[in-house]
Amino acid sequence: MRLSRRSTLLLRTAVALGLAFVYIPLIVLAIYAFNASNILEWPPPGLTLEWFPKAIHEEFAREAFLTSLKAASVATAIALVLGTLAALAVARHRFFGRETISFLVILPIALPGIVTGVALSNTFTQVLGVDLSLMTVIVGHATFCIVVIYNNSIARLRRLSTSFEEASADLGANTWQTFRHVTLPSMRSALGAGALLAFGLSFDEIIVTTFTIGAGEETLPIWIFRNLFRPNQLPIVNAVAVIVVLISILPVYIAYRLTREEEGTGAAPAGGARGGRIEGGGVETEATAVP
Amino acid sequence: MSRRLATLFHGRPRLQVGALLAGPMAWLVVGYLGSLAVLLVAAFWSVDPLSGELIHSLSLENFETLLNEPVYRDIVGRTVLIAALVTLTDAVIAFPIAFYMAKVASRRGKAILVVAVLIPLWSSYLVKVLSWRTMLSAGGIVNWALAPLGLSGPGFGNTAVWLVMSYLWLPYMILPIFAGLERIPDSLISASEDLGASPLTTFRRVILPLAFPAVVAGSIFTFALTLGDYITPKLVSNNQFIGNVIFNNISTNLPLASALAVVPIVVMIGYLLVARRLGAFEHI
Repeated sequence: MRLSRRSTLLLRTAVALGLAFVYIPLIVLAIYAFNASNILEWPPPGLTLEWFPKAIHEEFAREAFLTSLKAASVATAIALVLGTLAALAVARHRFFGRETISFLVILPIALPGIVTGVALSNTFTQVLGVDLSLMTVIVGHATFCIVVIYNNSIARLRRLSTSFEEASADLGANTWQTFRHVTLPSMRSALGAGALLAFGLSFDEIIVTTFTIGAGEETLPIWIFRNLFRPNQLPIVNAVAVIVVLISILPVYIAYRLTREEEGTGAAPAGGARGGRIEGGGVETEATAVP
Repeated sequence: MSRRLATLFHGRPRLQVGALLAGPMAWLVVGYLGSLAVLLVAAFWSVDPLSGELIHSLSLENFETLLNEPVYRDIVGRTVLIAALVTLTDAVIAFPIAFYMAKVASRRGKAILVVAVLIPLWSSYLVKVLSWRTMLSAGGIVNWALAPLGLSGPGFGNTAVWLVMSYLWLPYMILPIFAGLERIPDSLISASEDLGASPLTTFRRVILPLAFPAVVAGSIFTFALTLGDYITPKLVSNNQFIGNVIFNNISTNLPLASALAVVPIVVMIGYLLVARRLGAFEHI
């Protein structure tokens, strides 16, 4: 778009201010992770590196990290299957109630986490008589992760011309072979980006988790919450948080590369193919999937 | 086996749809909607004031309490108001960023900005709230930065809740708007310019109407996330929001907590129905 020099300057200022708003709290947080005192005053009286080794050796935090990894992986896997199935049905078939599916899929993430959490925990304990455990957490997380996969898949399927699938069928492939060798490969990057976002959502979730987790189990956010109010633990919590942010840069970068690669090889030929498509960590230009 | 199944499905679209939808629908309709239905029923139960046990007969008692007690009316009003303010604030901050990312930045700049917006989304929610708590505390960086100007920060309270929630949900607003703006072909903008429209007119008459559904899509998240959050209010204010009251009543008065949970359900279903009309679902 052609903009005057003044408008460009104005726009750049707005972007810079917005990014400052986003990053200042993260930077402050990172600085506190090096704080020599465990009293959170500004400016910190001195800096130290001691919290990082302590954070890495904090056994409960490590266990909680592994629990979170496990919960997020299984929830993502379930969401991948259910989200893809629903997307295939809606994008490739016409049937009664098709319009309601998107509504239904969005509902678990559009309703506040506390509603989902209370509803599920109520059903588990009062109706089904199931004890709360990591399994119930996974069910809760998978429920709100489906939408991310569904949206990414459906955006890709809509852009993907059906002529490839028709050609495959004409050449004698059965329904399964067409899906396995034609449809699925061209959905790969959309699914990858969606899965990463679903994983991230599940990994950081606390509200649904609080209501559905069993006694004696901890995900990382639950561990952080339990240690927030212990003055001695606070610097370690800050260090753990910084470590998690650093670890998370890698998947964001991978998601970005994943979708860029696809762009280069043109693996997703589409009716309305345009240049300059950017997808990263679940961002699709055709439809963004966000929680 | 797979071949035989494939033959079974061949040329039977209804069977295919059924097979595709069986799993997702069992999960979402039976599991999720079923749970919501249970919650809805529990909202009509009551608690015996003497024994504290659940009375499973249906009554409107809880909803009467919610309507007649000024405390609850205030809490619902406050929560919805903050949710609306947060949504508005995020839309105002997000739009220029998304616009710059989608239509002005170079290819490289765009890539950097996308990653810059995604990273905060990956850092722990709790830790971000904690960071704000320390920033807004008496000896925090906000007061420190404002002191030379003779000012002081908002401290803890409704303003802090508004500020922190706007902060937390901002990426959820930026990403759909960015994607929505990306979908607007540059040729439309050029056409408007070639026909003599000023940048402001192009923005108002071409870009804004086309990007509006994406803003609505983003607002679903900012609104819903604010409506249910009870941790942020607890950490940066002493005020009660819907989520806090649900959380506090869950073990002592499940029916009342359930009735309160119906409030965000009704509000959000209404919100979603309007959002779908406005075409927002394409942008989620």
